[in-house]
Amino acid sequence: MALTRRYLHLLRPVFSARLLTTASTSPISIETSLPFTGHNIDPPSRSVQTSPHELLSFFRDMALMRRMEIAADSLYKAKLIRGFCHLYDGQEAVAIGMEAAITRKDCIITAYRDHCLFLGRGGTLLEAFAELMGRKDGCSKGKGGSMHFYKKESGFYGGHGIVGAQIPLGCGLAFAQKYSKDDNVTFMMYGDGAANQGQLFEALNMAALWDLPAILVCENNHYGMGTAEWRAAKSPSYFKRGDYVPGLKVDGMDALAVKQACKFAKEHALKNGPIILEMDTYRYHGHSMSDPGSTYRTRDEISGIRQERDPVERIRKLILAHDLATEKEMKDTEKEIRKEVDEAIAKAKEIPSPDPAELFTNVYVKGLGVEAFGADRKELRAVLP
Amino acid sequence: MLGVLRRKVACQGAHAWGLEQGLRVIASRALSSSAKETMTVRDALNSALDEEMSADPKVFVMGEEVGEYQGAYKITKGLLNKYGPERVLDTPITEAGFAGIGVGAAYYGLKPVIEFMTFNFSMQAIDHIINSAAKSNYMSSGQISVPIVFRGPNGAAAGVGAQHSQCYAAWFGACPGLKVLTPYSSEDARGLLKAAIRDPDPVVFLENELLYGESFPVSAEVLDSSFCLPIGKAKIEREGKDVTITAFSKMVGYALQAADILAKEGFSAEVINLRSIRPLDRAAINASVRKTNRLVTVEEGFPQHGVGAEICASVLEDSFEYLDAAVERISGADVPMPYAANLERMAVPQVEDIVRAAKRTCYRSTALAATA
Repeated sequence: MALTRRYLHLLRPVFSARLLTTASTSPISIETSLPFTGHNIDPPSRSVQTSPHELLSFFRDMALMRRMEIAADSLYKAKLIRGFCHLYDGQEAVAIGMEAAITRKDCIITAYRDHCLFLGRGGTLLEAFAELMGRKDGCSKGKGGSMHFYKKESGFYGGHGIVGAQIPLGCGLAFAQKYSKDDNVTFMMYGDGAANQGQLFEALNMAALWDLPAILVCENNHYGMGTAEWRAAKSPSYFKRGDYVPGLKVDGMDALAVKQACKFAKEHALKNGPIILEMDTYRYHGHSMSDPGSTYRTRDEISGIRQERDPVERIRKLILAHDLATEKEMKDTEKEIRKEVDEAIAKAKEIPSPDPAELFTNVYVKGLGVEAFGADRKELRAVLP
Repeated sequence: MLGVLRRKVACQGAHAWGLEQGLRVIASRALSSSAKETMTVRDALNSALDEEMSADPKVFVMGEEVGEYQGAYKITKGLLNKYGPERVLDTPITEAGFAGIGVGAAYYGLKPVIEFMTFNFSMQAIDHIINSAAKSNYMSSGQISVPIVFRGPNGAAAGVGAQHSQCYAAWFGACPGLKVLTPYSSEDARGLLKAAIRDPDPVVFLENELLYGESFPVSAEVLDSSFCLPIGKAKIEREGKDVTITAFSKMVGYALQAADILAKEGFSAEVINLRSIRPLDRAAINASVRKTNRLVTVEEGFPQHGVGAEICASVLEDSFEYLDAAVERISGADVPMPYAANLERMAVPQVEDIVRAAKRTCYRSTALAATA
């Protein structure tokens, strides 16, 4: 056994993008850590088809997301990021598992904890950091900020600041997909805080009436800002809250379980209309950078999750157990990632602020030649084209 | 004793104004030795809530994170501990629901203080504010009054982007049945919040996040638990004779800074702190313009149909012959709030904008600036 491992090591190139391209796509079957729980539906099998290539790319992509969010924390404390900043570290498996099950023709819409979903949809680190720092080459040209990342050509519809609003919007995307006979689905992400919003139930009712290809994904990180789920919801079984709409409860820290659930949900939604996925996940940071995250939860709870359920560590262990890479190779990958993130930040810092004329662009698609004004209407005015 | 008398008088409406004015002069002379303390707006709001809850068991507070979290901006700090979970209620993130619940409780006779984490989220609940609260007393010909207060931060903060920066003063100010207040200083915060809670009508109380940490001097009179300011009365923050500058909330501070700059250049600006958007103190504004003959209105919100537009109309209607120059409006830019710092700076009024507009009213300026 030891001989084989040494032998394999001699054959294996350095773990890098190169290894990813040479890694095998031959199937491996792995069991999810927990079974799925179904509401009004038979859950999918716990046995997930994956491959060495997929597992290695899961590791790389999640480690990249993790690193990006930690770097954003430092940038915020250095006052290079202003306003609100809601970080996703701990929840990476949801973004990654979902992407593995869908295409860029499927739509994703979320709330304000959107940096990693943006990356998953093909957004670049540079666009993300530039936007966070309010520079002109940010994904929203510096005009949106942390909560308003978009990438329409890859099916990513943002990036929304008002809790719950993204659900009716997501059902609208699904409506348009069905209307256009596109054979694609929409995944709309929301938290346990948003799960009680009335507009969710209004939109869900219509999605069910009209058989829309709508998949509601509750990223249950157990706290709506500072309020624990049991203090906000009479029933925190969010996968059951759809009542007549079927639901699935998923271990959201297990990227393979997420992938399986999303694949299952997509097939369901295309044939039978809406379904709810509840991802049991966790955020290490507080609600936002203004929230320490420790007044309403214990440090033991946070470190416990990190030790027992961290999504990146889970994949690392799987990779090691299946002999797909060595510890050193994975550490080297993490070093590369760190370098990649640092370089993107350095580049983003060099990008200038938006041109002042951008104040008045994109108010409308068709401005009709009307005038718009600055704070002193006689000093600054523009014609909207 | 003076405090009690003053409270009774102050909260009984317009006719008491003259008497209250006289009482205030007496009170300030009597207590003039003690005006050295300062207080942050945050503490002013917190103490006002505390005192009103203590005085009236019907008053309760409801909103997101108001209890255990001590308030998203710490305005309700300590209240849960003091008054318990039956009077300080943490809600789920469901504005339409809890605003409606608040209005229903007010129908029954309780006195809710509903907090919106910011007024941007009040849009989820606006049907209840307008249709369920503002119009009820009228529709029921006086049977169903709604003694509710909706409070929270309004307007731009710093870098929070388009969906978190809007000023709602003009929208709420348009609606009959609502009272709309905009405190600036700690004295305003205490006096107006107490008045709002005691008022039998629905009050929209627009605070400002960036003012919460600012300290203002407060006299012993202001600190007294019976202190109350009249609703519908503006305050002359600074007297002047060349130009009237009206402002509310954070912009009062900017207007005062502009007045200082103008004074150095020989212009004497009168700064009016509106304090009340609805009712709007047209009498005070017009009296000032009749004295100075020039007007600059300042607000953070969008220009079209803004508070300044109403003020300009009022002055044109009532004091046209007194105007020596066109009225000027300084407002937020006519665009959704951008995130980038340089664009955000252009989207909100700056002190130099107010100075420039005031100077324009004082002499003919050269040709208007070129378009952007």
